[in-house]
Amino acid sequence: MTTAPHAPRQEPCPDQALLLHGLLDGELDASNALRVEAHLEGCCACAEAYARLRAERQQRRQPGLRHRAPDALRERLAAAIAAEAAGAPAAPAPLAARTAPPGRPPREGGSVRSGVLRRIGGARGGLALALAACLAVFAVLPRGLEPGEPPLPDELVSGHVRSLLAAHLTDVTNSDQHGVKPWFAGRLDFAPPVVDLADRGFSLVGGRLDYINGRVVAALVYRRRDHVINLFIWPGTAAPGGLRRDRTSREGYSLLRWVQAGLTFWAVSDLNPTELSEFEQDFAARAPA
Amino acid sequence: MADAAARFNDTVMPHLDAAYTFARYLARDRDCAEDIVHDAVLRALRSFEDYRGGDARAWLLAIVRNCFLTWAAARSKAGGAPAVRADGGTDEPAGDPWDREAVTPEAALLRRDEAAAVRTLIETLPEPFREALVLREMEDLSYRQIAEITGVPIGTVMSRLARARTMFGASWQRLLGTDAPGSGPGREHAFR
Repeated sequence: MTTAPHAPRQEPCPDQALLLHGLLDGELDASNALRVEAHLEGCCACAEAYARLRAERQQRRQPGLRHRAPDALRERLAAAIAAEAAGAPAAPAPLAARTAPPGRPPREGGSVRSGVLRRIGGARGGLALALAACLAVFAVLPRGLEPGEPPLPDELVSGHVRSLLAAHLTDVTNSDQHGVKPWFAGRLDFAPPVVDLADRGFSLVGGRLDYINGRVVAALVYRRRDHVINLFIWPGTAAPGGLRRDRTSREGYSLLRWVQAGLTFWAVSDLNPTELSEFEQDFAARAPA
Repeated sequence: MADAAARFNDTVMPHLDAAYTFARYLARDRDCAEDIVHDAVLRALRSFEDYRGGDARAWLLAIVRNCFLTWAAARSKAGGAPAVRADGGTDEPAGDPWDREAVTPEAALLRRDEAAAVRTLIETLPEPFREALVLREMEDLSYRQIAEITGVPIGTVMSRLARARTMFGASWQRLLGTDAPGSGPGREHAFR
């Protein structure tokens, strides 16, 4: 841009700049939206840039910016559609008459048009557009995240971050396993095991319901030092590759999955992977096999 | 045939204002926009049998865009000023209208009429950026729909939108700026 800087405007962080637009347009998936929102909480430059983007969009949304089709055009089109319906030859398109170079048939003007129109107007284009319109949800993947990876880990990290951000760590706060376990009864169609691991250095904080992968799941919350562990539990042992146990990481969070007694467990934490592994072993040892 | 026409009237014609708005921002000319929309609607009518459901507005806007490109290509072939490159890429920002007009009565009028000022700022954006911004904010299309219509990857849609907003923001800030028009670095030519 050749424009000179006016007021000193703080630029947003380079790695967030595009994401701010994704957030503004509602095109980020839940976990990225949360991540950017979390960033906005702590970064003045980005928060200011985002506020400015919103304000300027408001400017562009004021009444008077959209145009209304002229009545004369409306009437001409209505007549043309009626004529076409009656089988009469429609009047030639005004553009062809007005813009075609002399001596050339008007319908051949412009290779751009013929190529693109065939694509758009043709059955394949119609299908592609229809398909695109049917894809209601679209997530913009940030760099570094491979497309095609199951979105479940992202969703789990979202659940974990959400529980921390919204200060909604637990619905039932009780360090006693015998207080937490009955709370789930009647709220879930399965009974998640709740075990006491205080002597192993993992204190039970409580439990809550969460919503993962289109179903209500149990989330147990444990804590080691300042690190929170969310343990998501739901029935079923379906897993990619049929592995009984695997691990991954997302955005600095460790995720660890295992299956036991017909239930799937996902532990999510910013705890280091080694300690999260300890947690899994301790939990699995005490939960009913 | 009458059935098809009735279905067309129900499905496509409600989006006439959207088509006209898009054409106005693309062509930046009232009469040409009218012709472009007229042509586009007739084309849509003739290929309506290929329409397979989905968002009729996005479908119509794609046709409007093609008619605009036809018009722009023909105009530049006829010796007029090129409106847009065939690939839709004009990467240099157009001149800043406020540099030239800041001291004219029109500019003063624009400053009083905010909607007109915003409209002018949008119309000043280079074509691919203007197009992305209008499709997103006036027509409320998703990134994916815009990518489909303009034939570029979604990442390009995203960066064009970001660029369009940055350019708009810079012009808007300058318009609101408290400094005297024409002052400041890079504006010396306004005094010549």
